[in-house]
Amino acid sequence: MSTLADAWAWLTAPAHWAGDDGIGHRLLQHLVLTVVCLVISCLIALPVALVLGHLGRGGALAVNVSNVGRAVPTFAVLVLLLLTPIGTWGEGPTVVALVLFAVPPLLTNAYVGMREVDRGIVQAARGMGMTGRQMLFHVELPLSLPMVLTGVRIAAVQLVATATIAALAGGGGLGRIITAGFNLASTPMVVAGAILVAVFALIVEGLFELAERLAPVRARGSR
Amino acid sequence: MTAPPNDCLARNEWICGAYLSSRRQILLDAVGQHLRLTAVSVLIGLAVAVPLAVLARRLRWSAGPVLGATTILYTIPSLAMFSLLLPLYGLSATLVVAGLVLYSLTLLVRNILAGLRAVPEETRQAARGMGYGPIRLLLTVELPLALPAAMAGLRIATVSAVSLVTVGAIVGFGGLGNLIYAGMNTYFKAQVLTASVLCVVIAVAADLLLLGVQWLITPWTRAARA
Repeated sequence: MSTLADAWAWLTAPAHWAGDDGIGHRLLQHLVLTVVCLVISCLIALPVALVLGHLGRGGALAVNVSNVGRAVPTFAVLVLLLLTPIGTWGEGPTVVALVLFAVPPLLTNAYVGMREVDRGIVQAARGMGMTGRQMLFHVELPLSLPMVLTGVRIAAVQLVATATIAALAGGGGLGRIITAGFNLASTPMVVAGAILVAVFALIVEGLFELAERLAPVRARGSR
Repeated sequence: MTAPPNDCLARNEWICGAYLSSRRQILLDAVGQHLRLTAVSVLIGLAVAVPLAVLARRLRWSAGPVLGATTILYTIPSLAMFSLLLPLYGLSATLVVAGLVLYSLTLLVRNILAGLRAVPEETRQAARGMGYGPIRLLLTVELPLALPAAMAGLRIATVSAVSLVTVGAIVGFGGLGNLIYAGMNTYFKAQVLTASVLCVVIAVAADLLLLGVQWLITPWTRAARA
């Protein structure tokens, strides 16, 4: 229990919150990394998944990319990117790795969501004379929204985790407090960093949970 | 003064045959540690997950807390998980195993529970009508029927564990992750690429192995389809 007390003391010391290595700056870095990469990944993955889902093509690709993503270690990808020319662009390797790991869950969930839309409804829409674009935006997308949002939520949690591991490869963010703690052999600092990361991840998950509850009834998954 | 050797190691190339032959023992040791850490964690995870899933199935009120707790554990990033366990286990292989067990729990409990819930009520009643007690019903009817779903969870948990072991490099017990970490600090391209590729190979091999095991232990799923 004394370790926890020490970690708490470390967390609440004002000196540890200020400066470039301070908790405040690291927290901001982590938040910016997560949000920026989530937006980039959504911009890449969602249009592809929605079009593939609408056309009903490339299903094997969209589903398997998730399994491949799971088998490739995040840490290995980060270090590999660091040793390529991208490694010299500051946060470049971190951003690329984060996007790479956020895209698979987005792609898979959005695709599966689109394909799970009741075929009868889609045919009815076609029978009413809707164009492909109208069907996509007025029928399929609203009905698949719960699955798409589940993908965004998984991607966000994955991003927080990946941004933490990025610290091992020299990236910024809250993980740096943990790695600095290991280098200084300071268990209170390591535990304090870990608590910050864990709370951050749980808050992100909690926000999505809340957003799901507050969403209009139609957008909630009935499944 | 002798001229420096001009092989792929000296040129620091990504793919290097000389690296494979000169560091064979280091690579084998790292692969061995990687496999041991993965296997021990997944087996302990399985041993904990089965009773938890059975409990969640039997006592309806316990399903919510069990699933909620394991989901919270799964949300915590791996580096933070290993760090939180540091005061308990110190810099040891046990720490990595404990972290990986906690991760595998979510996937295993969720899938085993889904498998148990999918057992048809008629099947259960038929077994009860034939005089099966609760234990015999569980062991000879419910658990075997839950196998396909449980094996799907086991495969995902194993593949994830193979990948997460690398993060154990932070405490010096990361199998191939140790080589990647060391290679990063010394800018040793061949070592990083070789270790990364081996990680993926282990993950794919483990997945195929479990798929084969599933094929062998669930013969009835094939008979039904044929």
